[in-house]
Amino acid sequence: MAVIESGIGELFQKPDVWGFREWVHKHKDKTLTSKLMSEQEAVAKFVADGDYLGTELYGTVRAPMSITREVIRQGKKHLRLVGQGIHEIDLLLAADLVDSLDITYIAWEVYGISSILRRAVESGRVKTADWSNGAITWRFKAAAMGIPFIPTLSMLGTDTLKYSSAKVIECPFTGQKVTLLPALFLDVALIHVHRADKFGNCQIDGISGFAFEMARACKKLIISAEEIVDSEEIRKYPEHTMIPYFLVDAVVHAPYGSHPGEMCYKYWRDEEHLLSFLEESKDVEKTKAYLDKYVYGVKNHDEYIKLVGIDRLKKLESMIGGR
Amino acid sequence: MTEYNETEFLICVASRLMENRTVAFVGTGIPMLAASLAKKMHATELIVAFEFGGIGASLDKLPLGVGDSRTFHKAVIASGICDAMETAQRGFIEYGFLGGAQIDMYGNLNTTVIGKYWPPKVRLPGSGGANDLGSHCWKTIAIMRQHDVKRFVNKLDFLTTPGYLTGPGSREAAGLPPNTGPFRVVSNLGVMGYDEKSKRMMLLKTNPGVTAEQVVQNTEFEMLVEEKVGTNDPPTAEELKILRNDVDPDKLYI
Repeated sequence: MAVIESGIGELFQKPDVWGFREWVHKHKDKTLTSKLMSEQEAVAKFVADGDYLGTELYGTVRAPMSITREVIRQGKKHLRLVGQGIHEIDLLLAADLVDSLDITYIAWEVYGISSILRRAVESGRVKTADWSNGAITWRFKAAAMGIPFIPTLSMLGTDTLKYSSAKVIECPFTGQKVTLLPALFLDVALIHVHRADKFGNCQIDGISGFAFEMARACKKLIISAEEIVDSEEIRKYPEHTMIPYFLVDAVVHAPYGSHPGEMCYKYWRDEEHLLSFLEESKDVEKTKAYLDKYVYGVKNHDEYIKLVGIDRLKKLESMIGGR
Repeated sequence: MTEYNETEFLICVASRLMENRTVAFVGTGIPMLAASLAKKMHATELIVAFEFGGIGASLDKLPLGVGDSRTFHKAVIASGICDAMETAQRGFIEYGFLGGAQIDMYGNLNTTVIGKYWPPKVRLPGSGGANDLGSHCWKTIAIMRQHDVKRFVNKLDFLTTPGYLTGPGSREAAGLPPNTGPFRVVSNLGVMGYDEKSKRMMLLKTNPGVTAEQVVQNTEFEMLVEEKVGTNDPPTAEELKILRNDVDPDKLYI
């Protein structure tokens, strides 16, 4: 099975299937013990300088914003990063904590491109490798399957493949050309969910994005949850469990943890906050001022909530609309 | 004649290209509004798919992002990226809607960088789902709001999303599924298709007040022109009424 084409992009995290198996075998505790802790403790314990970090879902939707802000407060450096999103990645890039980025799409959708991403990449500070959205998600899927690569028919014939680290081979069954995507095993993943019990069993409402795959593709997993519920509530609907507790290392109670993004069925995105950030992010000094106010200027998520104001958050709750 | 703006016109033109009882993979912006309009006009059973997993939403309220809660409001399924993309990869999705900073004569698109790859002159968002859509949907429709020589170019700075690559047979040679590829380009000047033999972009219809010559002049590559170039009908009173009152009453986009 000869390799027909090789992407020239750097592989920021080499797939290490046996290493991952050994790691989870040794570290993933199956004891039914409470993993509830503060975000300070969770980040201090489970995020290290140089880690390959992933976030889910994305910037304005069910994003792990409260944990991301804590990662920045603790100044975790030289991160390698993957995510589909915007606000959390913008903040990590603005705080200059990122060395490299596996990127599929970072922009503000209808509001246009990210000034922070532009500054970080155009200056040569942050290295990139490009992938399609499907490809990056299937890389998690391969890791979740415990295999070193996964085939797809995406990216063929394009520069997206050329500047990734994917390879093209001839399929041994059909003879057709197939893209091989290297599995992406994360050191640490941050996922924000609707509800979890103290052990880490998690439920997500609405679309699941890539939570299922990413939760199974990481060595360390920090969950932030809008609500902490009794374990019996989770066990009543096991078909609704997205992430079982034995995958999870830390559970952080974080009401409004996705703010200024939305949380489906709970609260709508804070459009005013996002639009003003978008404007401020065009300017280096104003971006710093934003970080000073909303990240460094508060001790923890509780203080952030107070800073944003409970009235404002209640208003966002009233704007989300029903099913 | 009813007054309308350019965005409204593009939405109506794109909407008319949507076919009932097909799946349209869309992003935010014009394609989403076009899909919502089509669902309220001629394509009531149009299935709208968003890449983060919302499939078959009502689009009663316009989403602000491809993963926000409105992308799966009253949908038939709220799944995830794998399901959405795999549905396209196994041939279930007829239409993919795309956009880009640059398009070439074979309908290839650039949404990644201007200049060299790294460090680039301008870092653009990246592929997102576009490469997957351009690879797997049966037909793709590109929406280009600004038709000019900087956007309709001879050579892309970066080929993010496959069109007909380098011409006839090249998609298949690259391993992409047979009988797929670019179908239409909707721009502020007109609607383009592709010449069947050469797979090169060809002007089919101009917008009212626009000449074929203007389209050719505003395109860096040699634009083929159909023998009898038609004119896109302006938005009808009904289209405009539904668009303004029902599709985007809060004026988020129009």
